[in-house]
Amino acid sequence: MLLEFLDQLFPRSPGGSREQAKQRLKFILAHDRANLSPAALESMRLEILGVVSRYVELDSEGMQFHLTVEGSTTALIANLPIRRVKPLAAAELDPSAKGQPD
Amino acid sequence: MGRVIVITSGKGGVGKTTLTANLGTALARLGRSVAVVDADFGLRNLDLLLGLENRVVYTALEVIAGECRLEQALVKDKRTPNLSLLPAAQTRNKTAVNPEQMRQLMEKLAGSYDYVLIDCPAGIEQGFRNAIAGATEALLVTTPEVAAVRDADRVVGLLEAAGISSIQLIVNRLRPDMVTAGQMMAVEDVVEVLAIPLVGMIPEDREVIVSTNKGEPMVLAARPSPAAQAIQRIARRLEGEVVEFPKLAGLGESFWEKARRFLSQKVF
Repeated sequence: MLLEFLDQLFPRSPGGSREQAKQRLKFILAHDRANLSPAALESMRLEILGVVSRYVELDSEGMQFHLTVEGSTTALIANLPIRRVKPLAAAELDPSAKGQPD
Repeated sequence: MGRVIVITSGKGGVGKTTLTANLGTALARLGRSVAVVDADFGLRNLDLLLGLENRVVYTALEVIAGECRLEQALVKDKRTPNLSLLPAAQTRNKTAVNPEQMRQLMEKLAGSYDYVLIDCPAGIEQGFRNAIAGATEALLVTTPEVAAVRDADRVVGLLEAAGISSIQLIVNRLRPDMVTAGQMMAVEDVVEVLAIPLVGMIPEDREVIVSTNKGEPMVLAARPSPAAQAIQRIARRLEGEVVEFPKLAGLGESFWEKARRFLSQKVF
């Protein structure tokens, strides 16, 4: 009783369950709306990773790959932290500037 | 032609039937002619919430089967002139009627009433398809809970697919104290997630249980409780009036209302 009262007097930080509910909903609604099977999502993830990895070295630690809703649109959020850019990338993009021949 | 509005939610227990009974009564009290339709075949309850259960003779099923005229099945509410109930059959199940029959019936009602409010059953199966068949607008009811909001979102998709583009949101059973404490989603959270225009926010209110016990819509009370006032505001918004949404703190009982309730329970 007293705790509830104190809770009301001093609302907890945004880490409360209100924020959790909202974030979980955004996630699940995006997946519901997209109607994309987990398998399809996973295969898309692997393909995108494959393409990106050709150019940069990714840090698998902080990697994020999920759907979310912003208003009435659904977005694919891919957060791919880069550890370092592969030297090959510059060469592939601009052949005239290549440092070393193959 | 009147407006045919389905009151739907996906999830059960969020307050569709209570809202239909009270919104219908509130609109009738504003001088409109209203027909409330129970589309929950096999699990009818709208008659009970309106206190009309003893006056049901025929139901929508007999009308559809041609066993009685529409006027014979409509139960007129004596407390609220302008308000009629079209009951659902209790004995048969949801497959007893089909969407086309419902559509024709709603069209007929829309010919003689300003508003036709359809109380949709929970779920998204046949009963849902029957209930939305004749509607051109929808009121989507949800509570600030993840399961209810998820189901509501699913229903939005189905309504749009059925060609019902006018969908307005009602967030029911809010607890202002919990929202303030960050323990319940606020109305703006639900609106943001569902991306549907808001037409009403109704606080959790113990008066709902009391009025259901009595079979007396709470909007008829001489001193309407917070939820009843919220529903009266929704009725006015449907009528096209611009009614401001109260601040969260003003949605619940005021200090004086609380004090009065406390005194009437404990002292007298």
